[in-house]
Amino acid sequence: MTAVRMIVCCKQVPDPEAPPESFRIDPERNRIVLTPGVSAVIDPYAERALEAALRVKDAQGGKITVLSLGTNLLPDVVRKPLSMGADELILLDDEAFAGGDSWSTAYALSMAIKKIGDYDLIFCGRQASDWDAGQVGPGIAEMLGLPLVTTARKITAGNGKATVDKITDDGYEVVEVSLPALITVSNEVGEPRYPTIKGIMGARKKEPVIWKPDDIGAESSRIGAAGCRTKMVKLFQPVHEGKCEIIEGNSPDEAIANLVTKLREARIV
Amino acid sequence: MAEYEGVMIFGEVREGKLAAVTTELLGCGRNLADALGQELYCLLVGNDMTSLAGEAIAYGADRVYVVDTPPMKDYDTDLYLSVSEKVARQVMPRIVLFGQTAIGRDLGPCLAFRLGTAISTDCVELAIEPGSKLLLQTKPVYGDNARATFTCESYPQMATVRARVMSSPERDGSREGQIINVEASLDPPAVRTKVIKRVVEESTGIKLEDANVVVCGGRGIGSAEGFKKLEKLAEILKGAVGASRPPCDNGWVPNNLLVGLTGKIIAPDLYIAVALSGSSQHMTGCSGARNIVAINKDPEANIFKGATLGVVGDWEELLPVLTNKIEELMAGRKRDR
Repeated sequence: MTAVRMIVCCKQVPDPEAPPESFRIDPERNRIVLTPGVSAVIDPYAERALEAALRVKDAQGGKITVLSLGTNLLPDVVRKPLSMGADELILLDDEAFAGGDSWSTAYALSMAIKKIGDYDLIFCGRQASDWDAGQVGPGIAEMLGLPLVTTARKITAGNGKATVDKITDDGYEVVEVSLPALITVSNEVGEPRYPTIKGIMGARKKEPVIWKPDDIGAESSRIGAAGCRTKMVKLFQPVHEGKCEIIEGNSPDEAIANLVTKLREARIV
Repeated sequence: MAEYEGVMIFGEVREGKLAAVTTELLGCGRNLADALGQELYCLLVGNDMTSLAGEAIAYGADRVYVVDTPPMKDYDTDLYLSVSEKVARQVMPRIVLFGQTAIGRDLGPCLAFRLGTAISTDCVELAIEPGSKLLLQTKPVYGDNARATFTCESYPQMATVRARVMSSPERDGSREGQIINVEASLDPPAVRTKVIKRVVEESTGIKLEDANVVVCGGRGIGSAEGFKKLEKLAEILKGAVGASRPPCDNGWVPNNLLVGLTGKIIAPDLYIAVALSGSSQHMTGCSGARNIVAINKDPEANIFKGATLGVVGDWEELLPVLTNKIEELMAGRKRDR
């Protein structure tokens, strides 16, 4: 069985597990403002995409190149995929990539993937936890003319094809796709592995490769804010009216009895 | 761009009928078409769906484009993409809408990129801006911690729409419309994916989406065995069991029980949230519930912000008591009848 050449797109995002009250909006600039203490992390969906790639590598060997696009990428954050077992890290880190949308991001990533050249499988998260769009994966597939399988939870590769369990609305499908192909990975793939000490030590020895727009032959009018095809006209926070009544009781039995009485009175049960 | 006209929705079929999300799209598309003073089109792709074109008209479509041929029986990205591209280029609609379903989130972005336009996914509000006549596309972002409204000046303007946020119009069997059959010219090499198996994961009892009562467990339930206790309460209430992400990711329950941003979005009369923290991603799935009862040992848990009634305490102590009390109540009612 031949080794599988894989590329995983990993985005740096504000920690989506941060408490909701730490997300605020600057209405003047239409931007999210994070309270201090919210750390940057690799997007959890992307981490699962990486986990899916690592499983393919575990099963039949291969090489994993991680691509991260952004501005002000933090070394400790974007290196995590290396410590989890990825072989190579390429950073598309430049001010010119700032303010992009799905179009400009998919364009820049597809230009970088063209430059990498040799690959069998490209993995993306089913969406990223900041804008929750789920378009960059399909966008890259279209731009590179690759077949696409979305929301995968299990992938095996070999003999010029991949077999994918794809989540559907009422179950799943087993899909065969010819390689090279692009696969978006869903959270159902399960928890990503923790970096091992050996992995962390190994990652320290690997220097990320940094590519600028010129390195990937990207037209400046098609990246970052300049390449956007959508315009954000408003960013706001919906008002949640919090008026939960906490039912008290001197014992669990009493609290539940009071709850059931409430539910009955309100004709909820 | 005066040549782009009309609103087109992509219709989906479930169990031989128009999917609920499709009638919702017809309702929302109708409003947008009326605001533009233009027509509403429905595209139906599949096999053996002759009667459904009439249904789409009854729910508000002026024109239904039908691609009815055996190879289109089941969804395949390449096949569906090639026919929807063909129809979109021929008809040139101003707006194209999909449901935020497995098909919509796959086909929608692909079609947008192929047509060189943009799409907003998972929209919860769509409107026509009075001055510019552009489509205002509002969607939750940052796990529903915020919402953003987008516009796009390339055509067609596209969006996928979240299920259960738009209301289905009344069916009007007397409406008239035009049915147009479209030939699908299939280019065999265009098909690069093949579905070798389709599995419908049947949940026993009432479907999560249809249940009036949902008992939902979170990370705190801790195991598949723990969920058996939730099942008992759900059964007594003639409801269904749901789960937040950790139980699904850990395999305690099947994926199709997931309630939240990446799972089912439901709106039962009563939602009992047990040992789940209530992340924004989860609340997206259940905030449409009429009543939310939360049981959690952490009084600061976010779920109490979205709940109507709450009990602070250990679910392992509280749930059996609740189950017994509800069982007594139900048994009492049965006797009275």
